[in-house]
Amino acid sequence: MTKAPFTRRSLMATGGAFMAAGASGLMVPARAAGLAPTPSMRGGSNNYRPGAAMVDRIGGGGFWMAGTVRRAGDGAPLPGQRIQIWAHTTEGHERDPQSHGATLTDANGEFRLEMPQIVPAFGQPHGHLAYDSGAFETVFLRPIMSRSSDKTLTAHFVLQPA
Amino acid sequence: MIRSIFIWAALIAALLVPIIAAAASPLLAWRQPVYIAAGFAGVVGMCLLLMQPLLAGRWLPGLSPMASRLWHRWCGMALIGVVLVHVVGLWITSPPDVVDALLFMSPTPFSAWGVVAMWAVFAAAFLGLLRHRLALRFRVWRLGHVTLALVTILGSVVHAMLIEGTMEIMTKTALCMLVLLASAGTLAKLRVWDVRRRA
Repeated sequence: MTKAPFTRRSLMATGGAFMAAGASGLMVPARAAGLAPTPSMRGGSNNYRPGAAMVDRIGGGGFWMAGTVRRAGDGAPLPGQRIQIWAHTTEGHERDPQSHGATLTDANGEFRLEMPQIVPAFGQPHGHLAYDSGAFETVFLRPIMSRSSDKTLTAHFVLQPA
Repeated sequence: MIRSIFIWAALIAALLVPIIAAAASPLLAWRQPVYIAAGFAGVVGMCLLLMQPLLAGRWLPGLSPMASRLWHRWCGMALIGVVLVHVVGLWITSPPDVVDALLFMSPTPFSAWGVVAMWAVFAAAFLGLLRHRLALRFRVWRLGHVTLALVTILGSVVHAMLIEGTMEIMTKTALCMLVLLASAGTLAKLRVWDVRRRA
């Protein structure tokens, strides 16, 4: 008769120990000891147009996209990082060039770009943001507005050196 | 006679009011014609999902069983047509969003429900077209067709209710409730789960 490599009891014990270790955060990679990098969101890169122009404002404005950019690990704010933003707004579809624009983070790693009001498209009122400048790993975000009447939307980046 | 006029009037209102309410949506001002057409194809599809169980259950006064079945067939064909317009129109509007949906990789939870409903309605129509060639006993065939139709209806209702789109919320909810009621009524009337041979 062959002997099972695990008894039910040993399996429960090892599995339980693994889960406890995972839950307690003992098993995160050494490199990310601290602030973990933001993963790209599903659908975040949809209708991305690389190299959106730096603008003071997208279209007529009236709505604010804001957020922060920090470095993974120590969480240091990253100034001068280029963030690209696009959405379906009252002035155009996601794919339209005039719906895209870019801005830089300030000394505190914060960015803020005025743009037209985002309106629900493809079932949800949402925006798109990209960090795609090379020094850090590329990240695409797709935040959703809690109400389509909101006048602001925020998204935060934690970037990992490339 | 009065009863039948009332039933038809109520049905026409149930079908038209959600379409008229959607036509008044402020979102339309910020959409291109193809996107608008794709959205309305979805609304019309939901209306046809109300017609289908009513025709299959022969609830509508003045329609003979034969006429009911014929109309059920035509509405089924129209349903396949509007589903195609819906998906192709959305694909033209934003290809990556539709590709994500079809591959079940979409960030929006309603997409998967819609795609499941789409495949179910294709399969249900396929069974309808192949009924004679499949040489299944009628009640067995019917159980298969009804099961696929039920997946279509439940998938479409969840899909529609989770979306923030052009449909007005009250009329959308009412239409979905009517679709579910008509489906339950027809299932009960036809006793579709009973696949025994008739004695």
